[in-house]
Amino acid sequence: MPNVKSLEDLKKIRDEAIKKRDIKTPGARVQIVVGMGTPGIAAGARDTLKEFLNLIETKGLTDIVVRQTGNFGLDSMEPVVKVKVGDEAEVTYGKVTPFVADQIMDEHILGGKVVTANLIPAEVK
Amino acid sequence: MKEIALHLLDLAENSVSAHAKTIRIDVREDFRTNQLIASVEDDGDGMNDEMVKQVIDPFTTSRTERKVGLGIPLLKESAEACQGGLKITSAPGAGTKVEAIFQHSHIDRMPLGDLPSTFLTLTLAHPEIHWVFTYTFNPPYKGSIRSYEFDDQPIKETLGELPMTHPEVISYLRCSLEDGIAEARK
Repeated sequence: MPNVKSLEDLKKIRDEAIKKRDIKTPGARVQIVVGMGTPGIAAGARDTLKEFLNLIETKGLTDIVVRQTGNFGLDSMEPVVKVKVGDEAEVTYGKVTPFVADQIMDEHILGGKVVTANLIPAEVK
Repeated sequence: MKEIALHLLDLAENSVSAHAKTIRIDVREDFRTNQLIASVEDDGDGMNDEMVKQVIDPFTTSRTERKVGLGIPLLKESAEACQGGLKITSAPGAGTKVEAIFQHSHIDRMPLGDLPSTFLTLTLAHPEIHWVFTYTFNPPYKGSIRSYEFDDQPIKETLGELPMTHPEVISYLRCSLEDGIAEARK
């Protein structure tokens, strides 16, 4: 992919996306929230978030919103990530390394199956 | 924290919690003065002198008022261990500026780390905030100061209804930040 840097290039991307009706706002299908408090950052939350962005970029996914928020209060489980797909209940994952982020993307977000190994059960929350 | 770039992410999260609308992050690598200076400046709630003391030293007061944790004391300790220091300028209603100074060549100075990733995640994950990042490089011996500035306001205006997390926009932002900083460092 060529390096795009000027605002002109960005305008092209925008016009192309509008032409393809590639815009699904408001209300993206998938919401990913990464806990970015001090414990989360120290545990590697930035690289986890970066991995989700990489996956969106490389797989060309247009209906996912990624946000970051403060401390979830689950320090020993950091990095903590909440995922909400469509109308389904929100799912909280713990110890989400970039590797686990890959799994969540493939199995849960794209495959519809919750990754049970990293699930934080409701009673802990 | 393993990187200065992670500390900046942490400081920026404090600014977000303080209801900032505009957040500026400046990083300056100055080989002439042998300093690495990193700062985060916001137009958020601000703090009085008492609160500033609390965020710097978490052990002298009871923890009821503030949301800020150990990030700032850890950064202060790291900076002081490298012949530098931490400065907080703040007033209620006037925002806050936190500046960390390190001796660039100090053996204990933690690496600057992955600045593009820090900037990219902040811009994308807090689209409601106006972000301005600058990276300045003053080379040793000869050559002039080189600077890279990233301001997300014109980008947002250009995008209009297209969300920041559109895959091609992520790609655009990532390349701009990575190349911009690499270029200034050459």
